[in-house]
Formats: sequence, C-alpha cells, structure tokens
Amino acid sequence: MKFAILVNEGPYTHEASDTAYQFAKAVLAKGHEIFRIFFYHDGVNNATRLTTPPQDDRNIVSRWSKLAEEHKIDLVVCVAAAQRRGIVDEGEMKRNGKDATNLAPGFRISGLGQLIEAGIQCDRLVVFGD
Amino acid sequence: MSVKKFMFVNRKAPYGTIYAWEALEVVLIAAAFEQDVSLAFLDDGVFQLKKGHNTKGIDTKAFEKTWGALEDYDITKLYVAAESLAERGLTADDLAVPVEVLSRSEIGKLMEEQDVILSF
Amino acid sequence: MLHIVNKSPYERPALDSVLATMSGGAILLIEDGVYAAVKGGAQEAKIKAAMERFKVYALAADLEARGMADRVIEGVTVVDYGGFVDLVVEHKPCQSWL
Repeated sequence: MKFAILVNEGPYTHEASDTAYQFAKAVLAKGHEIFRIFFYHDGVNNATRLTTPPQDDRNIVSRWSKLAEEHKIDLVVCVAAAQRRGIVDEGEMKRNGKDATNLAPGFRISGLGQLIEAGIQCDRLVVFGD
Repeated sequence: MSVKKFMFVNRKAPYGTIYAWEALEVVLIAAAFEQDVSLAFLDDGVFQLKKGHNTKGIDTKAFEKTWGALEDYDITKLYVAAESLAERGLTADDLAVPVEVLSRSEIGKLMEEQDVILSF
Repeated sequence: MLHIVNKSPYERPALDSVLATMSGGAILLIEDGVYAAVKGGAQEAKIKAAMERFKVYALAADLEARGMADRVIEGVTVVDYGGFVDLVVEHKPCQSWL
C-alpha cells in the first residue's frame, strides 16, 4: 500500500515528529511504500541541519535524513511555512536575499501542491500533529 | 488526474495559533487541484467563521475576506456542527459566510465517505 | 474508519469529540491519548461505554513510556507501531483528531 505522512509539529517540543518517524519505519518494515513525507506548520523545523541536541538524546533531524537516504523517501518541506520560520535552501537564499542556508540533507523545499498530490496518489495519508 | 474527496476538519480557534490560517492555505491549493473539497467546523473551529473579526490590534491578517473568496474557488461545502455553535452561544447568523448547519452525527457520516481527511 | 486521538482526556476534549460525532469504528489512542486507556481513573466509564460502539486500541510504546502499560482497561487492545500501520491499512479513511 502507498502511504503519505504529514508532520505538523517541530521536533522536541511535541511528540508528533517522533511518532511520525516510528510510524514511517513500521510502514517500511511491513513492506509498504512511503510516497512522501510532508512537513507543514512548525513541522518545517524538522529540516534544519543546525540542530544540535545533547549527545545522549536522539537527533530527530539527522534521523529523517538517514531514513530518506536509506529508503529513498521524498521529504518535502512546505515553502510558505519554511519562509515564515527561516528554513532556507540554496534557491530560497538567493531568491530572498538571505546570507545562509540550513536545509538538512534529504529534504527539499516545495509547494503545498506536493501535499495535495500525495493525498491524490496515495492509498492513505496519516497526519501527525498537536 | 483523479478526483478524490478531501475533507478539512477545523477544530481550533483562530489567531491563538496559526493552524486555522495555514489550513486555509491548503484548502485553496486542494481546490486548485480540482479535488472534491469540503470543510467541517467542529468544536472551537466554529469560532473561525464568526463575522466581524477586527485584527488590527493584534497586527494579524483577518480570516473574513478569505472565507468570501472560497466561492470563487468553487468551494461551497462548508459544514458546521449545530451542537458546537449552540454550546458557544452562536447561531448561523453570526457567521461570515453561508454554511450548512448539520448535527455532529451527520458530519460524522460525511467523514466516513472521504478519501482523505486533513486536520491541523 | 480509524480515529487517532493523541490528547489526554483529562485536558482536552478530542476523545469526547470523536464519541459525540461518530456512531462507531476504531479508535487508536497514541501519545497523551493513552491516558484514556488507563483503568481506575475518572475516564474509565467513558471508555467502557465507548467500547460498545468502537473497537479501542492503544499504542504500547506510549503506554510504556508513561508507566501505564500494566494498568490498561480490559478490552482495550494494545498494539505496537506495526499494529498502528495495520490499523491504518484496514480502515479508510483515517482521521487524526488534533
């Protein structure tokens, strides 16, 4: 079965991105496909590579990057939500005249259409948030 | 592209958090994809529709104009839970746009018919 | 249809909202929602009444994290993340009552 996942909360404050991650791993372990994971609202903060949790804590951001690399999963960050919250890739940096980027590996910034497309293409869309 | 039934379930009040506003941004995109879009307002979500919002004092964009624009996107299915309105001392006359007031259980039946339910 | 509830019933009305809106289906309690599955509390009667109309599940990892795995109300089915996936596969649509 083809799954899409929506993550509406940032890392560490809410359990949502932890639950979404464990769910995503279980989806793959069951032999299903993840078409896309979409990050919206504060969920875009899952994509900043500048995060530095204490060494004895999980690194939520690099955990997503690793999942994307190992399983070729499309991690998409909403552009409008990202701009509001300062999640920046090369293209956004140039377009908006910023002096840095912070998008973690495996993520890409794109439009909300990617969320609707995932809803259309997938058998199930599961929402994690507050 | 195939057409799916997308329902947006709004259960949160406006302004205190950004959820309602960013939900509306998704609704407009779903309409642009020519999907079968409906909106359900339950619990504090009904406060989003209250007319007469004046957000000058909190320096935030107001909702009211966007509700009016929904019709331009062919979004006409706005369902509001009668119980949630009554609990909050509101009637359909207090709302900024025409809606269909349904019982919670009628809205529940509509939920069961959906392909995708998005909540924020 | 699957209803995913992640809020404590002692703080937020998400579970009440499901019970007042839906005639039946499956409810999966996750995150702080698992406190609804714990026996001995003021919410127990509500869950027991709900089980006449709904099949109720609770996520094992969230129960364990909160020290509540050994006091789950009888009739509530405890599932792991794989069980969560199965529930989503078996039910359409699924709604997160955020």
